[in-house]
Amino acid sequence: MKKPRVAFFDFASCEGCQLQIADLEEEILDLINIVDVVSFREVMKEHSDDYDIAIIEGSIMRPIDEGRLKEIRENAKILVALGACATIGGINKIRNQWTPSEVKKEVYGNYNLKGNDFFDVFQTKAVDEVVKVDYNIHGCPINRDEFKKVITSIAMGKNPEIPNYPVCVECKKNENICLFELGKFCLGPITRAGCNSICPTNGSPCDGCRGILKKPEVECINDILERYNLDYEEMKRRCNIYNYGKEVCK
Amino acid sequence: MSKNISVSLHHITRVEGHGNIVLDVKNGTIEKLQWQVPEAPRFFEAMLKGRDYNELRPITSRICGICSIGHSLASLKATEDALNVEISKQSALFRRLAINGENMQSHILHVGYLAAPDLFGVGSVFPLVGSKHQDTLLKIVKLHRLSNEMSDLICGRTTHPIRLVVGGFSLLPTKKQLIKLKEDLHLAIKTSQDVANVVSTVANNFPNFSRETEYIALKSDDEYAFYDGKIASTDTGIHSDPKKYESVMQEYVVPQSTAKYAKHNRESYMVGALARFNLNSSQLHPIAKQVAKMFNLKSINFNPFMNNVAQLVEFVHNIEDSILLIDKLTNNGVKPERPVKAKKTSGRGVGIVEVPRGILVHDYSIKNQKCVEANCVIPTNQNHANIQKDMEKLVPQIMDKPQKEIELNLEMLVRAYDPCISCSTHYLDVKFVDS
Repeated sequence: MKKPRVAFFDFASCEGCQLQIADLEEEILDLINIVDVVSFREVMKEHSDDYDIAIIEGSIMRPIDEGRLKEIRENAKILVALGACATIGGINKIRNQWTPSEVKKEVYGNYNLKGNDFFDVFQTKAVDEVVKVDYNIHGCPINRDEFKKVITSIAMGKNPEIPNYPVCVECKKNENICLFELGKFCLGPITRAGCNSICPTNGSPCDGCRGILKKPEVECINDILERYNLDYEEMKRRCNIYNYGKEVCK
Repeated sequence: MSKNISVSLHHITRVEGHGNIVLDVKNGTIEKLQWQVPEAPRFFEAMLKGRDYNELRPITSRICGICSIGHSLASLKATEDALNVEISKQSALFRRLAINGENMQSHILHVGYLAAPDLFGVGSVFPLVGSKHQDTLLKIVKLHRLSNEMSDLICGRTTHPIRLVVGGFSLLPTKKQLIKLKEDLHLAIKTSQDVANVVSTVANNFPNFSRETEYIALKSDDEYAFYDGKIASTDTGIHSDPKKYESVMQEYVVPQSTAKYAKHNRESYMVGALARFNLNSSQLHPIAKQVAKMFNLKSINFNPFMNNVAQLVEFVHNIEDSILLIDKLTNNGVKPERPVKAKKTSGRGVGIVEVPRGILVHDYSIKNQKCVEANCVIPTNQNHANIQKDMEKLVPQIMDKPQKEIELNLEMLVRAYDPCISCSTHYLDVKFVDS
């Protein structure tokens, strides 16, 4: 069987998700046994536009980036969004509560940026707001094991399974004390699992980086809010770190 | 000389983020030479407005995937300074371990995976698999993995740490885990000396280039400064008030870059491993000093390419330092501690740390527990102007070389700075045009 050709592309992001791939260490060698990496700017000089699978990291912020992404979509058979900036917009969407000209003024002051493409930004978009996305690898950063699983499935022509149950399921399996019991506001109950509840396991509440579940258990969430005397508005505010502008269940 | 060169390197590879180099030479005269940073701007300072003080750390961690621990620590120091939080001695030791782990991870990734292929004459590390350098590559992989495991252990995760919180840590490693880490670090000293030996055999591939400039880094009486210290310059000495950092790091906007530029005493200055070495080399631990000697690296060194070597020296220093830190921690016994609570709800705080690419500042104003104003001064931003000035001196010296070599030298120059462009936009490409 011919190995699928994989290319990595990055847009507005911290590039921490690509770094997770470099951090696979020796396992990268297993990866290049099943796919040919033809473009990966962060670690290699070679580049090719002949690829089957395009892996996109980052959010889309500017017309010049939108054009580049559309070209990539044309070239690729399968397009994968990598990490929260790409899958849901992530923290890059926090700024969508202001207009682009407001945030430009905040960061660059009164410097005249008119007609400069580099600075021509619109409101942050996730990748699927610009082109069709075939698969999402969630997280901020992504989970390396999930990345291996998804790429292996795609390379074998199978549909990768992405969890659609809450982080709480994994957190219970890890036998953690519920963070609500410790007085913290955790977004685990409404957030998609697959991270092995890494934040709660390390004593920090879930911030919702893997996105809000398609159908969260509304009753259960209302119950938690009531039991711990928490405010729905506070939950909404917590959600907008990664999920700004998304409908939060009520 | 009547040579025409036209170079346009778009989106330089093996660097973090997007940068371009444009060079246009007509009849031997440079008509255009520009270091451009087109990375999409991300507006972090705006994102922080109105956020709860506990959320500033997790949000600013996302400025950079490689130095997320450094951003986290600068953020915590700024928040803690603003709200009058004094962390425990034990937490301060663990934070020094965290900063060592990240510096090790980032430096070995840069020297081993991103810069070394140029020295071995290949496009990436992949061709080294199965070559005569395979053994060295495997050693680099081993050191990189150890660095990451160390950060995982101290911070809960290497990229975007979890355990670093306002007032201390949300979870601590056990004494047993620390002792195991110490054993691994001891073994890593020999492995890193082996790697340094191999790199020293190809170090003559670094261009012989020198340009006098200003170096800025933290300086401390007690140690080779990473976590704490005062702003210091090779031109102007110590600047003791951290809140007046803007008088040293004067940022400005240029049209070819979405990242800001910076200057101080001259047109440009340099930050990072070489700057730290130039200011603090006498405080290096002994084996790190030996590695510097292997490469004949002495302070002050004005060759930006030697930044790669300074990174290797620091890598070894960080290992030696971590062993000493673990001894201190385990001698006292690791005590379970809750994060220290904030004593105030409002105030302004400045946090300054040395991250792999140089001195980093976070400055927050907090009012009723919410951030009302934020400013971050990123190391790579401080280097952009110096990269431009280096190119302006380097190009006339190499103009009679073949175009490919000019391109490679310019790319190597950029890589030597190990720029982290995502960070700096909180933006890298090379453009040449051949006529």
